[in-house]
Amino acid sequence: MSTPADNPVIMNSMQRTLATLGQQEPDRVPLFLLTTMHGAKELDMSIEEYYSRAENVIEGQMRLLKKYRGDCIYGFFYASIEIEAWGGTTLYLPDGPPLCGAPIIKRPEDIDTLKTPSVKEAPCLSRVLETIRGLKAKVEDSVPIIGVAISPFSLPVMMMGFDHYIELIYEQPERFARLMQVTEAFTVEWANAQLEAGATAICYFDPVSSTTNIPRDLYLKTGQAVAKRVISQINGPTATHMASGRCLPIMSDIADTGTAVVGVSALEEMDELKAAANKRVSLLGNLNGVEMRRWTPQQAEAAVKHAIAGAGCGGGFILGDNHGEIPWQVPEEVLLAIGDAVERWGRYPLDWVDSDSS
Amino acid sequence: MEEWVRQFRESLESLDRIGAERIFQSALQEMTPINAVEQIVAPALEQVGAAWETGGVALSQVYLSGRFCEELVDKALPPSDPDRKHQPRSAIVVLNDYHMLGKRIVYSVLRASGFELFDYGRMDVDELVERVVADKVRVLLISVLILPSALMVRDVCSKLKAAGAEVKVVVGGAPFQFDEQMWREVGADAMGRSAPDAVNIVKNIMGEMS
Repeated sequence: MSTPADNPVIMNSMQRTLATLGQQEPDRVPLFLLTTMHGAKELDMSIEEYYSRAENVIEGQMRLLKKYRGDCIYGFFYASIEIEAWGGTTLYLPDGPPLCGAPIIKRPEDIDTLKTPSVKEAPCLSRVLETIRGLKAKVEDSVPIIGVAISPFSLPVMMMGFDHYIELIYEQPERFARLMQVTEAFTVEWANAQLEAGATAICYFDPVSSTTNIPRDLYLKTGQAVAKRVISQINGPTATHMASGRCLPIMSDIADTGTAVVGVSALEEMDELKAAANKRVSLLGNLNGVEMRRWTPQQAEAAVKHAIAGAGCGGGFILGDNHGEIPWQVPEEVLLAIGDAVERWGRYPLDWVDSDSS
Repeated sequence: MEEWVRQFRESLESLDRIGAERIFQSALQEMTPINAVEQIVAPALEQVGAAWETGGVALSQVYLSGRFCEELVDKALPPSDPDRKHQPRSAIVVLNDYHMLGKRIVYSVLRASGFELFDYGRMDVDELVERVVADKVRVLLISVLILPSALMVRDVCSKLKAAGAEVKVVVGGAPFQFDEQMWREVGADAMGRSAPDAVNIVKNIMGEMS
């Protein structure tokens, strides 16, 4: 394998990312710092105002890219924007991700008449697509643009509440199947619209599939079956993200869905996850976003070093947080320290790993 | 007894309601309802919760186990039964956010373990403080999913203190799982890692108060 030591080429973010996804060592570990609401801080506006216009998010993402030296742009607004397309509402917080309002499925019978909304006719989604188009015009093919689609299997948590959804999965299989029909059609259209607008890849958030939430045997019959059907219809690469949930026991099963990347949890060790991934999928993770809020620069450096030591060798690894979104409360000093630490410890070859992996 | 607990736990984890009910009914032939709850149901739920903490079982199994046991125990030990533990006065709430599953699980497991408590649903800080003071609650269980809500516990604790409320605050939820220092930082008295953990914490507080 050629290494930067043999050929000290400085790659751009896209080249770096593609190399690692090809299970090769790029010039350094790619950093996907998935900052969303921090864009509002940069523009000195409320989170609600920030997400009201595509121009804001374009400007915010470009400033974040420059400031924190990450290797991707994140087209993600907030999860409940998809629920808005289904007729739901969003509740804005001053210091956290917008939440979805009242459930749109109030009783299981509502599923029988539920219709898939058109992506093209949803103004909220058009705003995201406009953002992706604007970002693509700015970075072209130099930086990966990550779009987001909530898995059709996980979306119903926001549509009906997690407790009622668990009951549906176990107790009403026919109605569950009907729900998957309508949500799958939506997710495929939504993911492909983002790719068409210029997204490089789709982050397929699927926390319900995590072994934190359902047992493996149920995953194989539900979340995995859905993912296989949906990912095969998405016209670009996907990263399946467990949003902090565990996935070590199903890593191979997730790879079977055809996804390229798995977003992994801080609750599991990167070296074990890397072994389980077995070069079939790349890993994204697993910095603890909640703890990150109170890290010192030294703690940030130690966490970066630990993650790189666990999964960096040989490529197939992107450093990021473990949830798929950096919390609003994480200060810029920590985010800057993470960038510094990647520069210091993420340059290939990772000769320091064998001798000092602490 | 250990064998009954093992069989009952296995029935719960495989969601075998009929099997679990059969074991519980057999136990009722030999012991009082409160003893069956304390010696079989509560330990089995504790084991299920412990297995979730280490990744051995999933949240869906914990939730359905708790809900099923709650139904089972309600039949044998109705809410008005004098053997139910009504003291110390306890309440559970989702603070600020709208994610109700964690609270539902803890509520079910506590009731399935013989406790009675107020279910406050979802509340903001001021509404919660007012209600806790009015109800003279001694143990307040707060469930959260998102980080801003977890940090709001600090406001709850300081306002309860300012109001002179003699209440122990127990927190639980993902932010506290991912940052084990946070419960102290926000001024809580304890943190539960799982629903059965909450049961043990409430029992300990009961012991301290008696």
